[in-house]
Amino acid sequence: MSHAFVEIDNVAMRYGGVEGTLALEGCSLSVQEGEFVAVVGPSGCGKSTLMRLVSGLWPATDGNVVVAGREVDGPLSLVGMAFQNPTLLPWRRILDNVMLPLEVVPAHRARLRRERLAYEKKARELLRLVGLEGFDAKFPYQLSGGMQQRTSLCRALIHEPPLLMLDEPFSALDVFTREDLWDVLQDVWMARRPTVVLVTHDLREAAYLADRVLVMSSRPGRIIAERRVDFPRPRRMETTFLPEFTALVAELRANIAAARRGEEVA
Amino acid sequence: MSGKTNARLEAMAAAARRQRVLQAWMPWLVILFTVVAWEAVVKAFGIVPFILPAPTDIWASAVRWWQPLLDDSLQTLFTTLVGFALAVVGGVVLGVLIGSSALIYRGLYPLLIAFNSIPKVAVVPLLVVWFGIGMWPAIITAFLISFFPIVVNVATGIATVEPELRDVLRALGARPVDIVRKVGLPRAMPYFFASLKIAITVAFVGSIIAESVAPNAGIGRLMMVASSRFDVPLVFAGLITTGIMGIMLYWIAEFIERRTTGWAMRSMEGQNFTPGG
Repeated sequence: MSHAFVEIDNVAMRYGGVEGTLALEGCSLSVQEGEFVAVVGPSGCGKSTLMRLVSGLWPATDGNVVVAGREVDGPLSLVGMAFQNPTLLPWRRILDNVMLPLEVVPAHRARLRRERLAYEKKARELLRLVGLEGFDAKFPYQLSGGMQQRTSLCRALIHEPPLLMLDEPFSALDVFTREDLWDVLQDVWMARRPTVVLVTHDLREAAYLADRVLVMSSRPGRIIAERRVDFPRPRRMETTFLPEFTALVAELRANIAAARRGEEVA
Repeated sequence: MSGKTNARLEAMAAAARRQRVLQAWMPWLVILFTVVAWEAVVKAFGIVPFILPAPTDIWASAVRWWQPLLDDSLQTLFTTLVGFALAVVGGVVLGVLIGSSALIYRGLYPLLIAFNSIPKVAVVPLLVVWFGIGMWPAIITAFLISFFPIVVNVATGIATVEPELRDVLRALGARPVDIVRKVGLPRAMPYFFASLKIAITVAFVGSIIAESVAPNAGIGRLMMVASSRFDVPLVFAGLITTGIMGIMLYWIAEFIERRTTGWAMRSMEGQNFTPGG
């Protein structure tokens, strides 16, 4: 595990002081550079907590979080994030929404004014990559939910973060839109190869997108099972009809059911 | 498309046009109706101008006293606008501070609420003691009364930034001041303009209260003098002038609001919805 990009070692997180809720305990995992990892688990198992610890938004109450060879002790500008809600700024056009991180990340904000055109070109390329070509001058309310989520994905990618943290990004969308966006995310990942941690409760989504699926126990959360996913890429909808795919999803489901009952899984 | 469909579409478009024209004329129709009904009631029951003057009496009085009416209106407009401008500056600054820091919010909010519950008419004598008779008591009363709604609205807009959006920006290394500047302030703008529409109308209340309690100049003094001479038509002329100034400033605030925060009022216009995944 020498080339681990994200290394979480025996981490614990407790909210609200000594008597507070224990969200994570003895949680260890590592993600290789350029790897696509999905984290699944029963609801309330601390998946989102895990994500905030890696992003440096909150400090862990115990254990170490190391990202890119550095101990995380505060927000890292090398993370791009997207959530269940697109959280776009309604007063900004799509292009300006995508470019928001550039106005904040220290490395880019200084250069943004001088090289605005070059940055805008980059933003348009990203929008094209997710299928939003020609929408850059629209306002968010003029776009459907799926298109807003695509924009949110572009915003997470614009500063070329080496690490992408996605917290149930597609769970508010209908099934067809969601499956479209799986392919969008897969295309983006194959084109850019960022390290991705996808938190989700959709087992098909995890099996479709990830190189590796980690299963978390119920609270306090820790990783109790791990499955490699070896379907060749690019994966397509037909992949999900393969018996191996169905078997994998069934196995993950059994793991989660066991986790909810509090059992150990191999 | 069949002829029948076309005719139906035409009829629907015509009905929508009529509706819009009617909406544009409605305020004027209501005013006209009120004035005519008022005149009719006064004439029909023979009410003397001393109790309730007819609109024609008020108009005659306004024409006769137009010079002092104009001077005093401009004076009141001036003190109101100065007080209002101070309230905008102070309100935005304090609103940003309260909205972006829980500590400042905890510390200041009870004091603000307590202060806002004091009837401002009770403060005017104090202001006169401190600043003397003149325009300052009116300016400060207008400021004090219109300041609170601005603070509360700006603070609300800034304090209600979505936690996820805050996380996105913080994870990128944004400082709190970046979050206020990029998200908090633009987000607070619709709240801010909504509060301006309230603040500008109550600012008039403030300066007129001060002018009536400590009469020196302005519409408030004019009405005090007129009522002490039992010149009720002139009192009404002053009231109506104040109302007109209030409406005009409200319109200006609304115009600016629509120009700057149209994104928050998209449902009012035809929504240009683009379907797709």
